[in-house]
Amino acid sequence: MSSPLLSLEGLGLELRVDGSYRSVIHQVDLTVGRGEAVGLVGESGSGKSLTARSVLRLLPPGARLRGDIRFDGMPVPQSGSSALRTFRSTEIAMIFQDPRAHINPVRSIGDFLTEGLVTTRGLPRRQAEAKVVALLQEVGVADAARRMRQHPHELSGGLLQRVMIAAALAAEPKLLLADEPTTALDVTTQAEVMAIIDEARAERGLAMLFITHDLELAAAVCDRIAVMYAGSVVEDLPAGALHDRSAHPYTRALLASRPSIGERGGSLRAIPGRPLSAFEVGAGCAFAPRCSRAQETCRTQRPSLSPAGKGSAACLFPGSEAPSV
Amino acid sequence: MSRFLLTRVAGLVIILAVASVAIYGSMLLAPGDPATLLVGGGKPPNPELIASIHREYHLDDPFAVRYWRWLTGVLQGDFGPSLAYRDSVNHLLAERISNTLTLVGYASAIILLVGITLGTAGALRGGRFETSATAISAGAMAVPTFVIGALLAYVFGVRLSWFAPSGSGSGISGAFRYLTLPAVALAFSWIGYVAQITRTSVRAELRSEHVETADSRGIPRPGVIRRHVLRNASGPIFAVSGIAIAGLTATTAVVEKAFGISGIGALLVDAAAKQDLATVQAISLIMVASFVVLNTLVDLVTALLDPRVLKGRPS
Ligand SMILES: Nc1ncnc2c1ncn2[C@@H]1O[C@H](COP(=O)(O)OP(=O)(O)OP(=O)(O)O)[C@@H](O)[C@H]1O
Ligand code: SF4
Ligand SMILES: [Mg+2]
Repeated sequence: MSSPLLSLEGLGLELRVDGSYRSVIHQVDLTVGRGEAVGLVGESGSGKSLTARSVLRLLPPGARLRGDIRFDGMPVPQSGSSALRTFRSTEIAMIFQDPRAHINPVRSIGDFLTEGLVTTRGLPRRQAEAKVVALLQEVGVADAARRMRQHPHELSGGLLQRVMIAAALAAEPKLLLADEPTTALDVTTQAEVMAIIDEARAERGLAMLFITHDLELAAAVCDRIAVMYAGSVVEDLPAGALHDRSAHPYTRALLASRPSIGERGGSLRAIPGRPLSAFEVGAGCAFAPRCSRAQETCRTQRPSLSPAGKGSAACLFPGSEAPSV
Repeated sequence: MSRFLLTRVAGLVIILAVASVAIYGSMLLAPGDPATLLVGGGKPPNPELIASIHREYHLDDPFAVRYWRWLTGVLQGDFGPSLAYRDSVNHLLAERISNTLTLVGYASAIILLVGITLGTAGALRGGRFETSATAISAGAMAVPTFVIGALLAYVFGVRLSWFAPSGSGSGISGAFRYLTLPAVALAFSWIGYVAQITRTSVRAELRSEHVETADSRGIPRPGVIRRHVLRNASGPIFAVSGIAIAGLTATTAVVEKAFGISGIGALLVDAAAKQDLATVQAISLIMVASFVVLNTLVDLVTALLDPRVLKGRPS
């Protein structure tokens, strides 16, 4: 690939917790090409959301960012505040997990949808309204004109998430950051919302970083999969190679722990042991305490991403044969 | 909305009715015969004179009848005669109420302006500014009104002579000269209260997820602060301001006495000392009514500020 739309190189992040700094992302290397969909998968607390927020520099005060983030050639960590605002309003749109918390409850749906267009693009209100009404219809919101005048509490979770998607599309970004966009919804709505995102993306040639717990779902909607564990990307491979060619023991264990095909959101906890937080990781491989393939060197030497199978894996002893769990 | 309004207004009427009975009924508990006030002096009262006064002022009618006569009068805007001042209560009030209203209005303006500004600035600036704003407002809340009144009168009235230490004047300049210190004294402890609530609610909104969404969309900061942070924090800020202003009606008496302002608060204190029941009843009723009406207004506006209170569930 010539130059990816988004590239994260050696991304690290420390946040202030009770006055001292705590490492929450260790080592994230990741690229998203133009129009490409990349799934970012991992257990709770592995740092997926913070990785996505780092791309927008949407971080708590005092956050320390390390490494390089490039979007379309622009170095994100170095950009000034007005450049950052322009970047946020034009290049990337984020779809959050919980639309009820992430949409202002006291303003109307119409306000929410048009705010960006009116304040950051200088579009006349009428024009902005016409545009978002069309988008609402596109994402399957019937009665769009009436919905525009309503408030968030009058809409169901599924409808609100469609509103969030419409708002993201209204900005005409190049990249969608979708942070578990269906987790807060009930099962039937999940599939619908996923299909809407997929369709809108295909039509516009939008790239997407799709965050989920669900490896199978990610494989179904994405071109590539990146697996995170304890603050680092541990494997990166084409979605099609996931089942047969994944090389990292953690990825294999995730695959093995899935309850059954077609049943979403099953627990990933079937892997023995407890997932580590990034700040607890010692000198060696973060997965070593839970890895069935771990050797003595795994506890002292930290593996970094290197070619393995059809992609790359951060493992000293990669292999695609199923480990004996 | 209309249903909400209806229940609130009905509640208001019920509270006022109960309060009027309680206020009027409290005179039964007051010792002594009000008629002796009219006779005055230390001489033993003439029984015939007392009896005629009783007839003239219907002092021997049953409670219910007297209450009803009083209430219908009040509803028509007539609070009846004051025995101690030998004047109509209406006239006594009319002379003083504008002083009290100006004082309360002045103090309210100070509370809103200083309290909200201090609280908002504290939450937005953070750091040492916020710490000191918090400390100052906590301190302000702890100082009793009469202490701060005496202090202000001494420092700015007597020593510095920036303002009049007591008395009253007329017009804007009179209000400024005579009412500034009392208004500040009256506002003082409430400023801290309003500032604290403002700071915590602005702070909570700043951290909220929907503000994160607005930031993620590159909305300029002033717009985020106005449309999302302050707009959403306005409910609690408005509510606490309303309570503060309603509370002023209760403390105004202290300040009016301390600064020698001829207002209805001071009149209440004097009338109570003179056992002038009609005046005490009238002012008590006015204070309770303004307190309750202000609170209802606050509820209504709070509801208007938050669409969730009035409208239905998801459809
Ligand atoms: N504001 C914060 N301050 C301190 N630590 C934080 C903060 N936000 C997140 N963390 C910590 O950083 C780690 C990674 O968080 P992140 O939200 O990125 O996880 P995630 O992979 O998105 O998990 P989930 O699947 O539960 O959403 C977690 O251990 C979390 O406790
Ligand atoms: S490096 Fe060792 S412990 Fe870590 S995943 Fe590979 S085999 Fe397991
Ligand atoms: Mg998350």
